[in-house]
Amino acid sequence: MFKRALAVAVPAVLLFATGCADQSVGESPAPDAAAAKYPAKTLQIMAPAGAGGGWDTTARSMQKTLQESGLLNGQSAEVRNVTGAAGTIGLAELVTSHQKDAHQLMVTGLVMVGGVVTNKSPVDLSKTTPIATLTAESEVVVVHKDSKYTTLKQLADDIKADPTSVKWGGGSAGGTDQILVGLLAKAAGADAKAVAKQYVAYSGGGETKAALLSGDVTVAVSGTSEFADLVKAGTVRALAVSGATGADAGAGTPAPSIKESGYDLELLNWRGVVAPPGISDSERTAVLKLVDDLHNSPQWKQELADKKWQDFYKSGDEAAAFYAAESTRIKTVLTEIGLG
Amino acid sequence: MNSFMDLLAGFGTVLTPVNLLYAAIGVTIGTLVGVLPGIGPALTIALLLPVALRLDDPTGTLIMFAGIYAGAMYGGSTTSILLNTPGESSSVATSIEGYQMARRGRARAALATAAIGSFVAGTISTVLLALVATPMARLAVTFRASDYFALAVLAMVTVTAMVGASLVRGLMSLTFGLFLGLIGLDSLTGQARFTFGVPALLDGVDIVTVIVGLFAIGETLYIATRPRDLPDTVTPLEPGGKGFAWLGKADWARSWRPWLRGTALGFPFGALPSGGAEIPTFVSYTLEKRRSKHPREWGNGAIEGVAGPEAANNASFSGVLVPLLTLGIPTSATAAVMLAAFGYFDLSPGPQLFEKSPELVWGLIASLFIGNVMLLALNLPMIRVWVKVLKIPRPLLYTGILVFATLGVYAVSGNIVDVFIAFGIGVIAVFMRRFEFPIAPVILGLILGPMMETQFRRALLLSDNDLTVFVRRPLTLILLLLAVAALGLPHLPRLIARIRGREPAGRLAFGDED
Repeated sequence: MFKRALAVAVPAVLLFATGCADQSVGESPAPDAAAAKYPAKTLQIMAPAGAGGGWDTTARSMQKTLQESGLLNGQSAEVRNVTGAAGTIGLAELVTSHQKDAHQLMVTGLVMVGGVVTNKSPVDLSKTTPIATLTAESEVVVVHKDSKYTTLKQLADDIKADPTSVKWGGGSAGGTDQILVGLLAKAAGADAKAVAKQYVAYSGGGETKAALLSGDVTVAVSGTSEFADLVKAGTVRALAVSGATGADAGAGTPAPSIKESGYDLELLNWRGVVAPPGISDSERTAVLKLVDDLHNSPQWKQELADKKWQDFYKSGDEAAAFYAAESTRIKTVLTEIGLG
Repeated sequence: MNSFMDLLAGFGTVLTPVNLLYAAIGVTIGTLVGVLPGIGPALTIALLLPVALRLDDPTGTLIMFAGIYAGAMYGGSTTSILLNTPGESSSVATSIEGYQMARRGRARAALATAAIGSFVAGTISTVLLALVATPMARLAVTFRASDYFALAVLAMVTVTAMVGASLVRGLMSLTFGLFLGLIGLDSLTGQARFTFGVPALLDGVDIVTVIVGLFAIGETLYIATRPRDLPDTVTPLEPGGKGFAWLGKADWARSWRPWLRGTALGFPFGALPSGGAEIPTFVSYTLEKRRSKHPREWGNGAIEGVAGPEAANNASFSGVLVPLLTLGIPTSATAAVMLAAFGYFDLSPGPQLFEKSPELVWGLIASLFIGNVMLLALNLPMIRVWVKVLKIPRPLLYTGILVFATLGVYAVSGNIVDVFIAFGIGVIAVFMRRFEFPIAPVILGLILGPMMETQFRRALLLSDNDLTVFVRRPLTLILLLLAVAALGLPHLPRLIARIRGREPAGRLAFGDED
């Protein structure tokens, strides 16, 4: 019995080994020739989170657009999900297992930048080949309709006078929402660490909404789309949005931006795409061109409109500089509020 | 009677051949998905979203999604009953008595009471959804962290019956579950606990991984360790066909009350923003066990133990729709994905949805009725087919289960570490079976532990570490007092007897063996 199992297992292992060898041999020669007709094989787009979330939706929209606008050179694109730890598990896989493979792309975003810091991930975005940022969503600061706060300034004055006077609610610890709370406290001149300690993390927008409605928290911070309906219904009031300029948070009239309210702060929950480290310059150019074509296609414009995503396109060196700047800023604020 | 007219209009929207086809497709896919361990309705709907977008038919799509959910809930109970391999946490309670029924040749009756119970619960809770959605949702969002904590404590003490015959073993299982629930990033501070430097553990151990490990993999490995002790096929079947729909007169008589009680538990729990489908199934199981006139049958296949939890499980889905439709608050993974679907169709659930798109809301509610009828129509005859699974030779059957379990775990996370965790838990489960540790308390600890901890700490954080928060709010206080009562009442006769200096007359509700 054992012998027979061995007889099956040995060739299988050999087959596996040779298969791997073939693959590595097939990829290394003549990157320039490969880059000329990129993609030369199935394009893998990794969504470093579960199905249905923001990164997954972005990856699937990219896949759909690339296929429908015929940008794939006759090849196809596949999306796969690698879940966990704010995307840092997917990031580690991209950096360690897919080096030099220009056909492996990964969706990334601000949440991963925060996750790298809070999870003490050994790899960060600087280890990847940045390609582009694609979309962004503004955050919104909301209070219950019966709250005493009608402007962001009143709120900021209160936390400056007493950091424990306001209870905040939002998404997971160290995520975009808590980062915004920390940045806002800093901008208001309040004790950022003491303010961030008053932050209660909820799993998902549903729980945050319920906590604001039940009166558990004074202020909720979330993506604009999450609260649009309650703002529209008049159940909650939007104090400010986190983009550069004011935007409609659901009420029909624009809510002021944090900047317009007098605090020098802008934070967008952006999403983008990166390639593994070690790809050649010509391969990088080819990937950049592909994503550029994707961004310029009418199908992508349609996707942006359908999903209500804000276009936030920076490509190549500009994207790399942006990733680096965001990483520094987020690391600083997370360390200051004690989550680094 | 306005709601009633709206509902009639809803039926008008839904009863088109195309929509009925969507409902049929949804129910069929859902049943299949439910049968496969690991792959649940949330993942299925998420994967179907891009397809659904192209259909450009909001009503049809939502009808299909509702069908998938209902079908998955039912499909999950099929494998729980026949093979003791629940795929979702909400069918764990069903598997306890359901599998024992199947082992005694009563698989058909167990499947039938599950199917009819799901139908009854689905129908009643949909009526409740139509009638009381708005006031119910208003009530649900008044629950604060301290109330949730008290509710979790109450749930924990009421479901002690799950602990089984031996108190010590039961508590050890529970503690194992509590430990598993601690693994990962602490939700409030983001600190890693028990992750041993493994990044894949940062998000904690997924409950689906644990369930597949404990049940599907554990059961398979356990069977594999004792090939000679067992007959070639899983169970002999009692000759079927007695009574109406495979249920004899006595079965009907013993099933209908648990169905109703299960519905009454499932619906409100589903409506709570931090409720869910699991707790009501466990509470229903305990309730039925306490009330049962046949206490000796428990542990050997009491039909009430299938009827109650299955009804609770299905009723909770209509409950989940209450805050989703009226406030846009998703309370389960599936609801969150459905919320995304609403978004794509430019529909924002919430206070305006009932006014702005009544045809859609009432169409969805009507489609839940249709889905329930279709599920019953599909599944009652299918029982004949399902029980054939039991005739598959054991080695083939369990090989298949192992393959699908492994695939299911990998499909959810795309991470091989999760597969290792599932198998590791499976090996532990083999020893738990060998030494007669109950399995269900592990799930209980895994669900209730994190809920109690998180809500307790949230309540303290929000009250600036003032412990009186748990006695200041009337609702919290009432729930906690109920928990004390639930814990103390079974002991009361004994205490009184002791005070009067006499020997106790009765035995304890649990822990008999020790």
